[in-house]
Amino acid sequence: MSAPLVDIRNVSHRFGQHPVLKNVSLAIEPGSYTILLGPSGSGKTTLLSILGGFVTPSEGKVFIRGEDCTSVPPAKRPTTTVFQDYALFPHMSVGSNVGFGLRMQGVDGATRAAKAREALALVGLAAAFDKKPHQLSGGQRQRVALARALVIEPAVLLLDEPLGALDLKLRRQMQDELKAIQKRVGTAFVHVTHDQEEAMALADHCVVMNDGRIEDEGAPERVYARPKTRFSATFMGESTILAGKAGDSRDGRVTVTTGLGSISLPGRSPADASVALAIRPEHLVLGDVKGDVALGIAKVSDVVFQGSFKRVLAASTQDPALQFIAKAPASAAVRAGDTIAVSCNAGDIILLAD
Amino acid sequence: MSVSGSNSRALPWALVTPALAWTLLFFVLPFIAMGLSSLTAHEGGGFTLANYSQFFTDPSYWRAMVNSLEVTATVTVISILLAYPFAWILAEQVPERWQRLALMLAVLPFWTSYVVRSYSWLLVLAQNGVVNRALSGIGLIAEPLQLANTRFATVTGFVHFFVMLLTLTIFANLKQLSPSYRKAAADLGAGPVRTFLHVVLPLTLPGIMVGAFLTFVLCIGDYITPQILGGNNELVMPQLVMMQIGRRGDFPLASALSIILMAVVTIAYLACARWLKIERA
Amino acid sequence: MRAIVRIAAWLYAIAIYGFIFLPVVMLVLFSLQATSFPIPPFTGPSLRWYQAVLSDPRLTSALVNSLLVAVLSSLASVTLGFLSAWGFARFVLPGSALLRGLITLPLTVSYLIIGMGLLVLFNWAGVPKSLIAAGVGHVVINLPLCFAIIYSQMGDHQINIERAARDLGAAEWKVLLMITVPVMAPAIFAGFFLSMTFSWDEFVISFLLTRFDTTLPVEIWNLLRSGLNPKTNAVGSLVFAVSIVLVVFFELTLLRRKPA
Repeated sequence: MSAPLVDIRNVSHRFGQHPVLKNVSLAIEPGSYTILLGPSGSGKTTLLSILGGFVTPSEGKVFIRGEDCTSVPPAKRPTTTVFQDYALFPHMSVGSNVGFGLRMQGVDGATRAAKAREALALVGLAAAFDKKPHQLSGGQRQRVALARALVIEPAVLLLDEPLGALDLKLRRQMQDELKAIQKRVGTAFVHVTHDQEEAMALADHCVVMNDGRIEDEGAPERVYARPKTRFSATFMGESTILAGKAGDSRDGRVTVTTGLGSISLPGRSPADASVALAIRPEHLVLGDVKGDVALGIAKVSDVVFQGSFKRVLAASTQDPALQFIAKAPASAAVRAGDTIAVSCNAGDIILLAD
Repeated sequence: MSVSGSNSRALPWALVTPALAWTLLFFVLPFIAMGLSSLTAHEGGGFTLANYSQFFTDPSYWRAMVNSLEVTATVTVISILLAYPFAWILAEQVPERWQRLALMLAVLPFWTSYVVRSYSWLLVLAQNGVVNRALSGIGLIAEPLQLANTRFATVTGFVHFFVMLLTLTIFANLKQLSPSYRKAAADLGAGPVRTFLHVVLPLTLPGIMVGAFLTFVLCIGDYITPQILGGNNELVMPQLVMMQIGRRGDFPLASALSIILMAVVTIAYLACARWLKIERA
Repeated sequence: MRAIVRIAAWLYAIAIYGFIFLPVVMLVLFSLQATSFPIPPFTGPSLRWYQAVLSDPRLTSALVNSLLVAVLSSLASVTLGFLSAWGFARFVLPGSALLRGLITLPLTVSYLIIGMGLLVLFNWAGVPKSLIAAGVGHVVINLPLCFAIIYSQMGDHQINIERAARDLGAAEWKVLLMITVPVMAPAIFAGFFLSMTFSWDEFVISFLLTRFDTTLPVEIWNLLRSGLNPKTNAVGSLVFAVSIVLVVFFELTLLRRKPA
């Protein structure tokens, strides 16, 4: 296996006394689409700024293509950034904006214009060459910012919440386009967001961050289905969380004692350790059709119709502090106030160290 | 987020040092020189506090400070009372498309030279000037009034200037108010008067305070208007300062008087400091 | 009721406009007086006092001096103000708030005291009175103004714009010339224009710091010793006209362009 394109080794950073990154290590493969996902304050934007060269980390190293880039300024490293507010130059035409990076490299005017047109065509804005940024819509500005960053062919493209300023419909549409453009140009993208749907839709490699640490990373399917931590289980999609204590582990199965009784599931854990069991909404079974683990009776507190399904919230009658989050078919006849049996399959339960 | 855009440490200092050096050299240092001078005897040069004690013991000097404060207070109050309704009319009663022109017209004389403006009032208030002619023309007075070289003339000249300045600041303030405040107040049952008293006025108060402070600072430190319009019958502080330099070349006493004047402005500034922040947008 | 308020408002506005324009109208009207006293009755129109002004070498050279001092001191003010605003807005400097306070401090001090301080300092250091000394004083009063205007317009969005330019490979001086100055042009121009008008009108600092070669406001002041005189009206009207041309030019070029 060759060295990764980007290798972040043991990076920590503080703003004044306040630590924002705590010993973070991360590898980024060529041609991958990496998403840094986390709530605000998790350190994801600082990590991106360190990658882009706008912030020099307090400790640790950043290697890009095997070279130590830790304190190389933004202009000198093979990264470009697409800023959240796009940062288009308001006094220049769209064409001059896109050609700016090439101009700085000393590329002649004709080549510059040709390449800028090519890049604008790539993002579907060939006609906007002579316009000024303020004549464009938010989505169009986003594309210009993308074209401007891509035209100088960076090894890594950094995107700081690039879809944050767009409305929901445009955001979903731009998501698809971003993915398509990334596949076409083959550049590694690193994209910061707090929107887990965006993360699942775009990422080849999803990095979940919280409180200055990487909580979990991997293919989004894996991170969703088998989150490594409780934070990751609740931030990347919703989960019902059952607190419990591990008993004996034997033959690849472990027995966990919870407020709803003992549950036996695949996995292993040190005996007597505090653990949490996470169950995804779509894995909870409501009503008569029982899974192999019974989770008792619950009283439905709220049903929200979501179009293709119903989101059901129910409180356990045995343990009123326990809130089930379930997904029922759109046709299900469940209503607030109903009392209902809840169950699931042992294989779907995610065992998390607490 | 605090981010350094460049790895060079020298650049930021290279940018700010010229301005800082200028301020230190030509603002702070002169002030220190003035401070030292104020503690020096005019004759002979040794250390003395006489320049300050002279101010506090000589009633005619003391009187100049009282005059300054009285004139400034009168001017500030009258100017605000005249300018607020005017700014309100411009902002609320004049149709939107004419507002810019109406405002520009209202502050046009603001841009003429200070000396020229005071001189113009001298024309208006002279013995045979238009005011006296008009008053005697309608039979209100038999003899021309002594209008020039009085406190009345000084105040009139000042009010003329500060009505324009305050109209600018209050107008800007009124326009910044979101119309939804007024709509919300009306929606909750407040009539126009109560909307004004409980919503518009409190929200424009910070702007009025900024304007009042500007008026205070500019008015109390001005030499031209009182000298041209008020004459020498009744002195204010800046006239007293200039007299020390002009007649006697007494820099130490002029310095001491300037520092006392500045102390008064500083007290006013500290009183209004929380309304006067200059911040990045 | 509504109609009464409207009529009262109109009457009030007209009265204030009258108050504001009364002295200016008198000034300009009696500058056209044919006889030697600028008081009613009006005997003109005549341009003799304008001829008298333009053939007075003291006034014409004072006018040139005023323009020179205004342009040069404003250039210095806006340059120093811009560079320092850029430095403070873009970089984290120790004691930044305190240093920014220091730069804006002269705004709160009256011109008389600034002029007095410089007079005492220059007198002590043996610097002779001159137009350059007055220009130095004008930079002291206008630098904080330029700084405050430009600094207030440097928002986070502009910071990101510059970061984008650096990221795309622009060297620091290219960022300055190709991005920052054009983007900040309205604020820079506003600072320059305001400095120009303040310097053009400034009296007391020039009065204290110049001797033989002086500026127009000081020369007009000297004319005042002769009492009411249509020649003073004429030169005052000319000064007024220059200011109006500047203001109208400013209004038309700068304020019409509304950036998106």
